[in-house]
Order: sequence, then structure tokens, then C-alpha cells
Amino acid sequence: MKPLRNSLFVAAMLFFSPACGVRSLAAQESPYFVTYDHYLEEPGNLEIEYFSTFGTQRGGNNFHSYWTEFEYGATAWWTTEFYLDAQTTFHDSTVYSGFKWENRLRPLQREHWINPILYVEYEDLNGTDKTLKEIVGHDVEADFLVSNAEARREHKREVELKLILSSTVKGWNISENIISEKNLSNEPWEFGYALGVSRPLSLKGSAKRCSFCRQNFVAGVEMYGGLGDRYSFGLKDTSHYLAPAVAWNLPNGWTLRVSPAFGLNDNSHKLLLRWGVSREINGFGGMVRRLFGAKS
Amino acid sequence: MKPACLSLLACAALSAVSLALANEQKNWNEKADAYAELGKAPEKARNRANPLENDPEAVAAGRLLFEDHCAECHGDNAEGGKRGPSLRAPEVQNSTPGTIFWLLTNGVVRRGMPVWSRLPEPQRWQLVRYLKSLGIAQTTREREAAPKQ
Repeated sequence: MKPLRNSLFVAAMLFFSPACGVRSLAAQESPYFVTYDHYLEEPGNLEIEYFSTFGTQRGGNNFHSYWTEFEYGATAWWTTEFYLDAQTTFHDSTVYSGFKWENRLRPLQREHWINPILYVEYEDLNGTDKTLKEIVGHDVEADFLVSNAEARREHKREVELKLILSSTVKGWNISENIISEKNLSNEPWEFGYALGVSRPLSLKGSAKRCSFCRQNFVAGVEMYGGLGDRYSFGLKDTSHYLAPAVAWNLPNGWTLRVSPAFGLNDNSHKLLLRWGVSREINGFGGMVRRLFGAKS
Repeated sequence: MKPACLSLLACAALSAVSLALANEQKNWNEKADAYAELGKAPEKARNRANPLENDPEAVAAGRLLFEDHCAECHGDNAEGGKRGPSLRAPEVQNSTPGTIFWLLTNGVVRRGMPVWSRLPEPQRWQLVRYLKSLGIAQTTREREAAPKQ
């Protein structure tokens, strides 16, 4: 029941935050599900996110994986994020997959034509994780043929490092992520990539508050996949996806995202349908401080 | 102790530190160097003209953008908050539009102001129009210090 409990908790946080006097105003989120750009969470803000991925599985059962993210802007150069993952495999079971703790650091003070971000993540997962949040090494569709009962016995502690490179030119964001991941139990480094391009449908802001203004929609496309491991670097036995993506940034802090990802080779799932909802809470850090007695 | 418990403890500790860091309270209006970054704008950036100078809707659009992205730190009337200095101070109001645009684009990352290149260029220029329309105002501290009538 853990996944259900976690989801209910997140839903409660999302829906009742306005009642706590929390300020939530229009966010400006990218449509990406896998690729990261160089924009960090604003300091003191908390973004609560829920994402789902429905995946098709040849020779096995389709699945629905879901995760919640708590993304907090610690400073203007450091964002920290906590994930809880779970999944349901149809005709099998629903299981909790584990947690991840991610940190993104901005080493340069100013904007440049290309902006690097350093990414460090610790993952504590069992073998049932099907979020496909990053594709690395020789991750292929056939890995998911194992039943949940069997996959649960595997316990993975992994460290993931990314170099995020991102530019914004005339409203277009172009992001490249170089991914390396290491299972701490004596397995080789694995590599992957994610690329993304996106742009708001309108670059000018509207003079009136509106939900359907073109500026609120950001459209883009992502491509991501594995690059083998330390001993067999390259495209052989790897999977790759191409995914158009759209984000709808509503006034009052809500963002909706949707992205169908199409497998590009026989090692990939045919279709991953992703969607997500998130809500940004301005000044969350200050609110917590006041809760513990700090002067406003 | 299990590694999972250790990880959770580390998460909690780091979260506490990050909360403290993010909310380190500063009275920006008392800091003489709060506006020092404006002086670092390169000449080319300073001399850029606002392409939306004659756009009749730019101020109204800029106001909405300000409410969404800036008011949390700089106060609802841009007169300064506990995390951001007044934007109605002479240092800001006497700056060229290009200087303000440059600061918005680059932020002051080490002092807590994020980069705002996430907003497309026209929206940043709309914000500049709005900020310049506000004019100079006394800070809260100056008002409190002023003799009462």
C-alpha cells in the first residue's frame, strides 16, 4: 500500500497548499521528462511533482510506473530533489521501487552561450524500478520481462553523475545531458545521453492573466538512450527513444506535461506514454522557518 | 545502522541546511553593496535599448511577470523584501534599461538571485518596462527613519 499512501500524501500537499497561505504563482517549466536544462529551482521554492509512465512490453505485461518528486531550491546555485518511485505491472502486482536523492549545482555565476550544471544522484532501488527516467548502458526492453516478485529481490545502490549543458537562444532551449551511472556493487560504469529542444509558443507575455495564452505552452522534443558501458561503449545492444513533449504552465503554479516516447530500435519499448502534474510553492523555505519559530 | 537509514538521515540533514541557507535573512536595504552588481554590466549591455519601449501593453504584462517571479523576494510593490533589495531605489531606477535587462539575464547567483534567462527576451524587456515605470520610492527603512509630520 506504500505507493498508494505516497501518492495520497503528494495529492494532499498539491491540493491543500493554497489553504495554508502558501503563495503559488505561474511557473515557467520546460516540457522535458528526461532531459535537464540549466535552470534550477528558485531559492526557497518547493516544487511537488507527480509523473507517470505507461509502457508497452513485448512478450510480457505492460506497466504503469509513477514517481513523486520534491524539488527544493536551496540556493540560486544548488537545487536538491527527493524522489519516491513505484510501479504497477498489469496482471502482476504494485510495488514500491525505492528512492533517489538528486543534487544539481551551478558552477558558473553568469549566463554563457552554453551553461554547465553538475548533477549528482544517489539511488536506492530494487529491481522493479520501471520509471525509465534515464536510459543508460545496455538497458533494453527485455530487462522488464522478470516478474515483480523476482525483481524485488535485487537491491541496487547506484550513483549517477551528469554533465548538463544547456543554452537558450531566441527563445529556444537546447539541452544536452551526458550521463554516467555506477552500481556500487562492483559493476562497470554505464553511459547514456539525453538531448532536448523546446520553445514557448509565444515569447511575449500577455497583459492579462489567462490560462490558454500561447506563452503558457512550451513545446519540444527529446531524444534519449544508452551508450553501453565501460567495457562495451557504443550503440550495440542499447535502446533509444524520440519523444515530443508539451508543458502547459497554468497561472497559480500548476504545470501539466505530456509526452509520448517512441522506441527507435528493437531493444526499445514501442511506446512510453508519459504525463505529469506539478505545483510550485513560492517561499516554502520561509514558511517552514516560521513554523519553527523564526521571525518573519 | 542500515545504509538506507543513513541515507535518509543524510537527506534530512542536508534538507535542514538547505532550508537554513535559502532563508538566511538579510536586510537588503541596509546593505550598501546590494546594487554593486549593476555596475558590472558591460558597456555593450548597458547601451542596449528596450525594443518594447513603445509597446502599450508592455508595462501591464511586466507587472504580471513581476507578481509571478519577483514579488516573493522584492516585495509586492518592489520596495524590497527580506530576500531582495528595493527595485525602486535610485541605483535601479537611474540605471539604463539595458543594465536592468543584463542583471535579469545573469542574476546574482552567489547572492541568491537566480538567472532569469528562463524567461524569453521579450518578457524580460516587459519586466524592465514595468520596473522603470515604478519610479523612485523611499525604502521601508527610510520611511521609518523619516520625521513624522
